[in-house]
This record gives sequence, structure tokens and C-alpha cells, in this order.
Amino acid sequence: MARITMREAISKALWEEMERDPSVFILGEEVGVWGGSYAVTKGFYDHFGAERVKDTPIAESAIIGAAIGAALTGLRPIAEIMTINFAFSAFDHIVNQAAKLHHMFAGQMKVPMVIRTVSGGGRQLGATHSQTPDVIFAHFPGLKVVAPGTPEDAKGLLKSAIRTDDPVLFIESATLYQVRGEVPEADFEIPIGKSKIQRPGKDITIVTYSKMLETSIKAADLLAKEGVDVEIVDLRTLRPLDMEPVLDSFKKTNRAVIVEEGWRSYGVGAEVAARIYEEAFDFVDAPIQRVAQKEVPLPYNQTLEQLALPQVDDIVNAVREVL
Amino acid sequence: MAQIVNMPKLGFDMAEGALVRWVINEGDHVSKGAVLAEIETDKATVEVESTFDGVLLRQLVSQGSIVPVNDPIAMIGEPGEDLQNSAPGRAEKKTPVEKELEKENIQITLTEPAQVLVSQGPPISQGKTLASPLARSMAEDLGIDLRLVHGTGPGGRITKKDIVSFQPKKPVQEITKTTSFPAKPSFEAPGTFIHETRTVPLPKLRAAIGRRMTEAKQQAPHFYVTHEYDVGALIDRRKEVNSLLAEEDKLSVNDFIVRAVGLTLLEFPNLNASLDVKNSSVVFHGEINVGVAVAVENGLLTIVNRNTDQKSIHQISAGLKGMVKRARDGKVRPEDIEGSTFTVSNLGMFDVDQFVAIINPPEAAILAIGSGKQVPVVVNNEVRIGTRMKATLSVDHRISDGVEGARFLQSLAKYIEEPLRLLLT
Repeated sequence: MARITMREAISKALWEEMERDPSVFILGEEVGVWGGSYAVTKGFYDHFGAERVKDTPIAESAIIGAAIGAALTGLRPIAEIMTINFAFSAFDHIVNQAAKLHHMFAGQMKVPMVIRTVSGGGRQLGATHSQTPDVIFAHFPGLKVVAPGTPEDAKGLLKSAIRTDDPVLFIESATLYQVRGEVPEADFEIPIGKSKIQRPGKDITIVTYSKMLETSIKAADLLAKEGVDVEIVDLRTLRPLDMEPVLDSFKKTNRAVIVEEGWRSYGVGAEVAARIYEEAFDFVDAPIQRVAQKEVPLPYNQTLEQLALPQVDDIVNAVREVL
Repeated sequence: MAQIVNMPKLGFDMAEGALVRWVINEGDHVSKGAVLAEIETDKATVEVESTFDGVLLRQLVSQGSIVPVNDPIAMIGEPGEDLQNSAPGRAEKKTPVEKELEKENIQITLTEPAQVLVSQGPPISQGKTLASPLARSMAEDLGIDLRLVHGTGPGGRITKKDIVSFQPKKPVQEITKTTSFPAKPSFEAPGTFIHETRTVPLPKLRAAIGRRMTEAKQQAPHFYVTHEYDVGALIDRRKEVNSLLAEEDKLSVNDFIVRAVGLTLLEFPNLNASLDVKNSSVVFHGEINVGVAVAVENGLLTIVNRNTDQKSIHQISAGLKGMVKRARDGKVRPEDIEGSTFTVSNLGMFDVDQFVAIINPPEAAILAIGSGKQVPVVVNNEVRIGTRMKATLSVDHRISDGVEGARFLQSLAKYIEEPLRLLLT
């Protein structure tokens, strides 16, 4: 298996799907001639042409609106929103139109579209461009929200997202594009809505996703040296949320730390912890801990920014707290 | 590959245990949770349950052997499995955590008197017990009273770890059902008779009482002395006193008897003693702690009135009431059942003329009380109606003799027949 970057994995998924299905096309800011602000669609414009790789104005609601229209009429658009922070400009289209149309019109039409976007901080982009508001979108039934943490999952999940008939928000992490991992060459799909044990262990369960998977693995490596055997469950999909591996793991370890890059309040940690308490109360042996971003608009200053984002040490400390 | 069952560690200080009986024979199928063998520690007889499904390939130790903790005792696997590849020592090494988990599968039944255990029992926490939900559900499954568990988590919270390590002290709980008191039928409501011969497994509690009583009856040579007491005055005094007391404070006949026994024992240290067979000595107890047999669901237990000789009848009564209630509610505390030095068993409320009881080892004697009854008695050459109650003392002949037993019953008479003496202090 080839060890490729997350960027390459995503790029390959898009490329292969566009080759496979002529109804798939890309639209977004700088996705064409420029090749994408994160260089994911480099070479696409030359190969697939302007018809299928559409540069758009800087108008997110127009991008999503156009994608919805195209999806309703039978195409499979992949709309790129340069960062998830800009998705707020298209919020109504995403949560009120894309997520609802199929349901409000008795299933007469489908909305098979993917919104690719980038989430997360740590790149000194300032408070308005560095947010991790993934859970806001995961709040809405009708929208699938996917956020992979490995290149293999990114490729497999993106293919599933493109092939599903529901609207999918596909969240990539700004700081994971360079991360390498083994990805099968063959055409494969990874089902949306399936959490995965990314690291087996027996002492404590860390539940996480996306960028924080990488951070959690580093924490687990450190903890292993202390003899703490961490099991890491990667949610991969925030909606629909698959709790089964989480609950199975928790019933084994009886202790959990939930790690997310976004803010703690009303977050993934809150949701997962609540479900554990609801469904595995008699297995709880210690209060569940949450590791999340400090509750401040993310500072621009590098030192402060890093202090505000969840770090390896924060996870290690939380695990020690729970053990 | 065959699985190895090890000698469980059932207490911090347990170094070895005696495998007293194999329940499953070699070659027989054993399912997970079935009793594999009985193990005796210095504190308790324990049934070890299999943690695996399979066939008992080999008993690695013979019945009666003393086995160090964590040494293999049995191999369980597939029928006809080759044992060479899975010989003990080459078995997969288990991590400590897995071993701890296995302990959860061990059922403990106490068959020894309480005192040895409770002396090391943790203090009972007051107020709300802090425990994780997991610890609570485990404690419930295992029948552990959380108040007895020492929490080592944050703020003293009881966690899974504490429940697992509590295993050794778990017998404290089981005492509620399995005291070493003489086996007698428990006073359950009779069930509906089924006209069909059935064989049902002996409940653990009954089995434990059975073993214990067999031991007492076989090892302690009992002799019995019966005395008839005039309890007319006692009944009158009781009526008089109770008319002054609130309902919940009223005294029972048994309260008078316990007090009387406590005072009488002051004169008979030999009957407030235990035989130390190993050292050929007699231990004369420094306290007079009168135990009272109480029927509970599926058996009985002995609650203990401490320093009976130094307590007023009201204190005795109040103490016993509290303990009886806790015992019947299954919430008995260690000190409720610890350290009796002499036992009173009273079947008076069941219209019993008299009965004999088996000694509660390691005590020297037990007093069995019958019902107080109106009978014709001869007073000054005339037949009159009197009220009489028979009591039979069982004594361990290795410690005492008939004369002493008879004199004890005689001395007891001065308290029972002149009950004002009991009310004086």
C-alpha cells in the first residue's frame, strides 16, 4: 500500500469519482485555474475542463445555492467552501435548504451534494478563520457530517459522500493535509456513520475525530510509556453518530476522555458523554473528562493560539485525572 | 489452547489456600460460572467458579493440598486437547488487570465466625456513600455493602478497583446469611407442596451451615443440661415495665434472659471461653458478649450484644432491636455479628417445650430457650397454676463439665426468677 498524504488521498478520491461518474463536478473559490487554496484540485481544471471544475465568485451562498440546484436536477456537485468559517455565509442554504428539501417534499427529490470544507486552527489565521464549528452543522438532521482523521478514511469516506444521495458536509482539517498514511490503491468506500477503533487498548477510552485523532495518538504513545493502555475510538462521522464502538470500548475500560478541537460547550464531548451516561451508566467508574479548545476567540499570537488549542499534554493530564 | 485457573487471592494477606474439594471431575464439562472447587482460607470457605467454558482437562492439585496464591490449580480446554503446549508455566501470562477481573467471578461464602474478619474490616462510613455507577452495580451484583468499602478514588469515591480489592472482605456481607450458628430450619412460610419427587441443589447457605455444624457436632463433645424456671415474676415485671414504655421501647422476655445470662457469666468464666486446640489452651475472653440467634431469609445469624454484663436491660433491648432490623433488612454491620462469646437461641415464640442447640464454635456453650407456659406446679404441697420455661444448655465437654453447666443454670435462676435484679442496674 502506498503511503500518501491526506491531500493526495482526497485529491485521488475526487479524481477517481469524476472519472467514474460524469455527473460529478466541482465548484468553489479558486478551485479551478489556481488548483484550490489547499492545492487539492491541482491539475483538475486542465484535465476535466472548466465545465466540471468551476471557479466561482467569492459568494458562499451562491456556491451552495448553485450546488443545491444542480443536485436537484440530477448532477452530483462537490462544492468547496474555502474554510468552514465561510460556511456561515451559506448557513441558510446548508441547514434550511440542502438538509430539508428531500424531507419537506415527501422525498420527491434528492440532494446528492458534497460540501468540502476546512476546519480547525493552529495556522495563525485569526479568530474568524480558525474555528472548529463542526458540531453546529452536526446539529441538523438531514445533513451528514463527516470528518476523517486519516488519509485512508478521507479517501474512502469522500467516495461514499459523493455516492450517497444525501447532502454531506465533508470536513477536512487544515493541519492534516501533510499527514501521511497507507491508502489502498483499489477503489474502495468507507461507510458513513461508522466509528472505528484506531488504536486498541484496555485501560481507558479516548473518543475523538479528525485532527485530534493525531494528537490523541501522540498522547497515547506517551501514556503507553507509563503503562497506560489507551483505546482510541475515531468517530469519523459526527452525524449520524455511531456510538456502538464507543460504548463497547467504554464497557471494557469504564473510563473515557473525549477530545475535540472545538470549544467544550455544547460540543462533541458533551454529546458523547451524555450518550455514555444514558446508555452505559452502570459501567461508569469515573467522571468522563472532556478536552477541548479554551473558550476564547482563538488568538492570533502563536503562543496564545497554541495555548488555547488542545495539546498532547492536555490529553495526557485528562487521562491521568480519569484513571 | 487450554486455559489455566489459578488459586485466587481473596485477601491482602492471603498467601495460600487449601483446596478442600473438587466439585468438577477431570474430563467433565464445566461451564463458565459453575463451581469448580471449594477452597478454604484461614477465614472462609470459598467456592471458586470457572471463568471458562470447556472440559476440565486436569486437576493440577489434589484435594486437601495447600496451594500458594496464583499457582495454577486446573486446566480447562477442549476435549482431548493436547496438554503439552499449554502446560502451566507456559500458559499465556495474564495481565494483572485481567486477573482482577476474574476475581469478580468468585463467589464467597463465609463459614467462620465473624470476629477474625471484622477486626480488619474498614470503618463503616456515615452518610451518603460516594461510589461510581459501575462500583454500585458491581456491588449490587456481588452483594457487597458499599458502606463497608473503603473508597480510594477522588474524594473517597468507591471505584471498580475498590470493589475488586474488597473481595477479601466480602465475607463480612455473607455473614448475614451464614453464621456459624447451629443449623436449624429457617422460619420461612411453608411453600405449596408439590406431589413430585425433585432434587434441587443445596443452597450455598445451607451447605455452609451444614459443614459448620457437622464440624461442631463432630469435634466438640456436647453435653446437655436442662433447667425449668419459674418465669411468673418475670412475666409480671415485664408487663409492669412495658406499661410504662412506648411501643417501640417495650422489652421482650429475651431481653431479660440476655441480661441474666450476661450477669451469670461473670461467675462462670469457663463458659465464656474458647478452646485453642492447636496450643492446648483455653482462651478466657475478657468481654462478655452475648450472641442472639436471629432467623433471616434462608438461614440465621448471631447478632452480638457487646459487654452484656455492663449494660442495662434497656440498652440491651435497644441494641438488639436495631441489630435484628438490620439483619433482616440485609444491612447488618460487622460489629453486629462480630465476637460473640456465648450464644442464646430462643424459640420461645414458637410454642416449644424445649430443644437443644449445637454450639456455635469456637464458643464453649449455647443456651436454648423454650416457651414460657402455664403448667400445674406443686407449691407447699398444693397444686397450683404456675408459669414455667425450660432452658437447655449445650456445653463443650472439652472445656467444662456437667456440674458447672448445672450450676450455671442454677445461678441463672436467681436473675430469671427474681427479675428485679435485672432492672436494678
